[in-house]
Amino acid sequence: MQDFRQSFVQASQLIAELDPTLVEIVLLSLRVSLSATAIACLIGMPLGALLATREFPGKWLVTVVLNTLMGMPPVVLGLLFYMMLSASGPFGWMELLYTPGAMIAVQIFLILPIVTALTKQIVEISWTEYQPLLGSLSVGKWAAAKTLLWDTRGSLLTAALAGFARAISEVGAVIVVGGNINHLTRVMTTAIALETSKGELALALALGMILLLIALSVNALVFSTRQRVML
Amino acid sequence: MSNPLLPLHVTDMSLDLDSRRLLSNITLTISNDGITAILGHNGAGKSLLLRALHGLINTSGGTVTWGGQSVTDARTRQQQSMVFQKPVLLRRSVERNISYVMKLPHANSEFTVAELLQLARLSNKARQPARTLSGGEQQRLAFVRALATGPSVLFLDEPTANLDPDATLWIEKLIETAAERAIKVFLVTHDIAQARRLAQEVLFIRNGRVEEHAAARQFFTHPTSTHSQSFIDGILTGSDL
Repeated sequence: MQDFRQSFVQASQLIAELDPTLVEIVLLSLRVSLSATAIACLIGMPLGALLATREFPGKWLVTVVLNTLMGMPPVVLGLLFYMMLSASGPFGWMELLYTPGAMIAVQIFLILPIVTALTKQIVEISWTEYQPLLGSLSVGKWAAAKTLLWDTRGSLLTAALAGFARAISEVGAVIVVGGNINHLTRVMTTAIALETSKGELALALALGMILLLIALSVNALVFSTRQRVML
Repeated sequence: MSNPLLPLHVTDMSLDLDSRRLLSNITLTISNDGITAILGHNGAGKSLLLRALHGLINTSGGTVTWGGQSVTDARTRQQQSMVFQKPVLLRRSVERNISYVMKLPHANSEFTVAELLQLARLSNKARQPARTLSGGEQQRLAFVRALATGPSVLFLDEPTANLDPDATLWIEKLIETAAERAIKVFLVTHDIAQARRLAQEVLFIRNGRVEEHAAARQFFTHPTSTHSQSFIDGILTGSDL
């Protein structure tokens, strides 16, 4: 109990003093996960809208695969990316392994199914309502998808949030392709794992507290924004 | 000014769904401007007929042409608009609901956004989220939004079914305004009094068939079918139950 209290006090001090190591890790984590979320949203939201509004043979199979990929274990995806990005892999020439770029790439693929599948579900509900109107107005399929994305933007924030939450909290994929290198690829989750294994609970706890604070802040921001755009 | 989409020719049009015949061998020609009321009991096929004429649903057989062009022709469809019983409003402001339609590539309205807002008596609510309007206001917005494409034909599917008398009156004024501007109006309604007030022509639908097609005055004074007479008199017949 004494250790816990001491660790908690030290963690609070690290946060209050804006410890340089702590700040560096937090900023890299945000850079990697926000970049991955933004790119996944740019790809996954239009894709989800098109899946919701278009009928084609095998659509059910695409939906099942997409839903399955939502549960992809990060460490497995990390392994696949490791094999592709390693020197002997097909993308070894890009020299991305053990860089933040590799971490962003793996997180994009980790959260892309989540963003796409959630977007599809959200847009499908509005499509049922809008289809007669947009059909009557002779709005084309692409324009219809764009309209639906804009009109469901409040709900789509939740899809983006789910993607970000998955990215910022996962450890398996980024540790495999990033390598947890100090001052280069060390992010909050990999640092927590490392510091805990070393018995350095203060830094681990401080990072854990910041992770929770970020999750809380992002949720609050999304909630307040959603209230404004839902009507 | 002649309406480019008239005459409407429907030839032997049928619609089947799940092995049920919902519209049966409909043949009719409509050449005149003004308001055509489509009357009939619930389930008679009025709304389906309206959607088929608009090309929103694919028919099982027969043809529909507007001014000699198939209903499936994109340019034909683009000159038509529809107002639904339950207004479908975009999740944006009142004025942006209208400007959205005006920005469509084929929109060709003689009105400005401000004029349409004025027509709907919604100028003071232009920036309000459309879905926060009252039921009557929402339907007025849906109506003027349908005018924003500059249509030659307007389909109205029971536009006053859920409205109070005051709101109904304003929608009827808008319908008359549209008809005065040489827009051909097809109005599905259960309200016989409304059809008497507005329509120049009546299509009476029963069991998916056109039971009677006549000038409104003739339909209401000398209907040729006993079912039409019963409908006008408000008498339910066994076959309609």
